[in-house]
Amino acid sequence: MRAIVTVVGKDRVGIIADVCTRLSGWNVNVLDINQTVMQGNFAMTMLVDLEKCELPFREVSEQLRLRGEEMKLSIRMQREDIFEAMHRV
Amino acid sequence: MISRREIFETLDMIDQQHLDIRTVTMGISLLDCADPDPEACCRKIYDKITRLAKDLVRTGEDIEREFGIPIVNKRISVTPISLAAAASETEDYVLFARTLERAAAETGVNFIGGFSALVHKGFTAADRKLVASIPRALAETERVCSSVNVASTKSGINMDAVALMGRTIKETARLTADRGSLGCAKLVAFCNAVEDNPFMAGAFHGVGEPESVINVGISGPGVVHHALLECKGAPFDLVAETIKRTAFRVTRMGQLVAREASSRLGVPFGVVDLSLAPTPAIGDSVADILEEMGLERVGTHGTTAALALLNDAVKKGGLMAASHVGGLSGAFIPVSEDAGMIASAEAGTLCLDKLEAMTCVCSVGLDMIAVPGDTPAETLSAILADEAAIGMVNNKTTAVRLIPAEGKVVGDRVDFGGLLGSAPVIGVHPESSEVFVARGGRIPAPMQSLRN
Repeated sequence: MRAIVTVVGKDRVGIIADVCTRLSGWNVNVLDINQTVMQGNFAMTMLVDLEKCELPFREVSEQLRLRGEEMKLSIRMQREDIFEAMHRV
Repeated sequence: MISRREIFETLDMIDQQHLDIRTVTMGISLLDCADPDPEACCRKIYDKITRLAKDLVRTGEDIEREFGIPIVNKRISVTPISLAAAASETEDYVLFARTLERAAAETGVNFIGGFSALVHKGFTAADRKLVASIPRALAETERVCSSVNVASTKSGINMDAVALMGRTIKETARLTADRGSLGCAKLVAFCNAVEDNPFMAGAFHGVGEPESVINVGISGPGVVHHALLECKGAPFDLVAETIKRTAFRVTRMGQLVAREASSRLGVPFGVVDLSLAPTPAIGDSVADILEEMGLERVGTHGTTAALALLNDAVKKGGLMAASHVGGLSGAFIPVSEDAGMIASAEAGTLCLDKLEAMTCVCSVGLDMIAVPGDTPAETLSAILADEAAIGMVNNKTTAVRLIPAEGKVVGDRVDFGGLLGSAPVIGVHPESSEVFVARGGRIPAPMQSLRN
């Protein structure tokens, strides 16, 4: 299963490293990253593959959310299908 | 890969514009629950609902979490109880409502629809017992919703049923007077009721439906309103096109959720209902969309035309995005559930007559409208007859969900709480319709019924 991870919030050093380390710890493969900083605000979208992930989807998603709260960021993970459905015919 | 702009556009719709799936409704047939012993019938009903819907709420929550899209309501609709209970030897159908309530509580759904009867051409003995039980059933339960189909294009208007429903609405208001006559918010009288409607209070599982089915109701007035902000001053061609594009996207999401819920629950997918359903939240209003088209306040001249365009464009956009479309499909205009409608009714712009005109071109009918508590039953019946006539002649579903709020007068406000919102009490014509309603009988089916 593929999912989109979005990270939004105030920029600081090490956001990408932090999120990627966690994902690799769960065996989640990062397929694509797109990131920008606008007026001090960090915005990143990642396409990830959970095929070999050891944790259930809801667990990964919840862990990311909690980590986001610790770092004062909004981190969420959603299945890729919803974006495909909405933006691709 | 989906672009960053597209991803954030979707997140913005969910976070800022109230995009959600309004309801995932499981329809369940109760036809095999018939039993001469009412207790045995109730047992079968309870067992079947709790067996088939035991994973409904949890599955809905799992999908919400994985897709990151709120599914506001998980609900159940059942075969009209007047059919399921017809074989049972009892005069009082309230026990069936209590059974539905217990099954709803056990499965965790917030509403269960189907305490219903289809009487558009006449009453069976069971239909009479059911309608007689409605006021107490709605007073004694919280989650049970009731509907009665009193007319259809094919069969005309059952004016005896129209008269009876006026009295039934009044009695329901009286029995729930301590809760703002809340019982009436769970009671709908229909013309051309549909068998696969996922929305409450009018949902029931029709006899042409399979054993069980998943129907999904989408929403998104906030998203449509937001899209129209880009069309200021543009001609209506562009307005219609923008609404169609937005409806397409929203519906694709509904279709995805419907398919997912259907496959996880092992229950066939029925329809996506392309409805634009408002909530009392600011920014989730159908009235806002109409006002964005250039009306100073919804209800003023031009409102019917604006609503006609909106209703049509929502259907055109959604139709291509879903494999099966059904239910009510169109823009809802429930007054108490729409902040813009409430404001206009309070300002005196939106009146009952204008609302009636609007129902000629929108999805359903006179919905969630509070009227004075001393409104005579015959006046309620006459309003229902007018609404049924609109549905009958125009081959569309129309409905009446009026709340004659006990002890309230024009200008008062009734609070129902939650999604049901709050309604300003609006006036009805004081002139009597008593003699008209007292005639009874049937208004014959119109020419439109002869289409073979």
